[in-house]
Amino acid sequence: MHGPICDLPVTFERASLLAGKVEIVREISLEFGSGATTVLLGPNGSGKSTLLRLAMGLAQPTSGRISWGGRAEPGPRLAMMFQRPVMLRRTAASNVAYALLRRDDARVAELLKEAGLSELANRPARRLSGGEQQRLALARALARDPEILFLDEPTASLDPAATKAVEDIVQDVAASGVKIVMATHDIGQARRLAGDIVFMARGRIVERADARTFFDAPATKEAAAFLRGDLVI
Amino acid sequence: MLDGASALQLIFSGDRALYAIVALSLYVSVAAVLLAALVALPLGALLALVRFPGRTFVIVVLNAFMGLPPVVMGLAIYLLLSRSGPLGFLGILFTPTAMIIAQALLVMPIIAALTRQTIEDLWAEYREELTALRVSPARRVATLIWDARFSLTTTLLAGFGRAAAEVGTVMIVGGNIEGFTRTMTTAIALETSKGDLPLAMGLGAILITLIIAVNALAWGARRVGEIRAG
Repeated sequence: MHGPICDLPVTFERASLLAGKVEIVREISLEFGSGATTVLLGPNGSGKSTLLRLAMGLAQPTSGRISWGGRAEPGPRLAMMFQRPVMLRRTAASNVAYALLRRDDARVAELLKEAGLSELANRPARRLSGGEQQRLALARALARDPEILFLDEPTASLDPAATKAVEDIVQDVAASGVKIVMATHDIGQARRLAGDIVFMARGRIVERADARTFFDAPATKEAAAFLRGDLVI
Repeated sequence: MLDGASALQLIFSGDRALYAIVALSLYVSVAAVLLAALVALPLGALLALVRFPGRTFVIVVLNAFMGLPPVVMGLAIYLLLSRSGPLGFLGILFTPTAMIIAQALLVMPIIAALTRQTIEDLWAEYREELTALRVSPARRVATLIWDARFSLTTTLLAGFGRAAAEVGTVMIVGGNIEGFTRTMTTAIALETSKGDLPLAMGLGAILITLIIAVNALAWGARRVGEIRAG
């Protein structure tokens, strides 16, 4: 189903981003390859969303470099779902169709079914509930047939039922071979979904480990404090 | 009071000359707005999306032109289209075509400036999503215009209101020729100066009714569209 991999690995080499004199992310060296879901974990303002935007090619590092499959420009098979996705002023089905490279009604129906939105296909997207909009945004991102999908706090404002619905889809997508990189500050969600963890604080990567190791024996004081529920500022 | 009654009688009498004036007015205003929209909608969208040297200057000029005095525009078009003017060879001065062109140029800055603002606001909301979806620049423009369609309807109505109520430009380039280039506004001006108040009042009542009707129709269409599209 997928073409040859061309955007993996996404490689950060000492990438920093400054806004004025403020370092939003600092000296990030990191690689996202294929495999289990990577969760960017950390408190609000730690630079997780910015790192995702850099990885998506939506922002340029002010120093250092990022490459996609060894190339300096991102390819077409990256997709991203935002914390507050924008719904286009059209139906749910049309929102998904919009992201397809060519018209394919069967694919639209399939994606809506995967997102559990078949019944709402002809409903105006902006009139869907928050959870439904998040699932629709996920279906729209998947319409790009991505090999890597970035999720920025995809369930931040959802209730538990809506959160579970989104997480179920994310797990299905990950199982299908799509690389998921997700930012969250929700420790429980990270435990449920992560294969490996990148823990961030103050714009830096503090720790990177597979999920089991990270949660059982965090290597840094900041990560341990975060897992205890202490405020990491 | 008597003038008012006479005006009503004139409206309901089915006077052919009166309704010819109404029809021409509508034709000229609607055609002018459509012509202006063809240029102004993409122009406004491009100004909203594309950064280039002098962009701020263009925006300031465009905003300033929203208040362009119609008689000045009329004079400029007159000089262009007059027999000795650079476009005199077209031979369209004192025709409805000249009136449409003049009105289109008059409302174009209004539509373009309001479109730019609308699209710029929407682009601030859509920027990351459309960029992440790798949408091409041309498709971005089309998407933003489509998704702003309800707001842009109001923009077009503002243009129509300006065109329909305008008198100076069409008087100069149309010549107010009876049965050919006489519109409601020019007829009202003429009949008032002649003292034929019933006709002027009747035309005034029709003009206001038409503007209200067009706005009501557009508002209704907008509401239905918003309910359907969200």
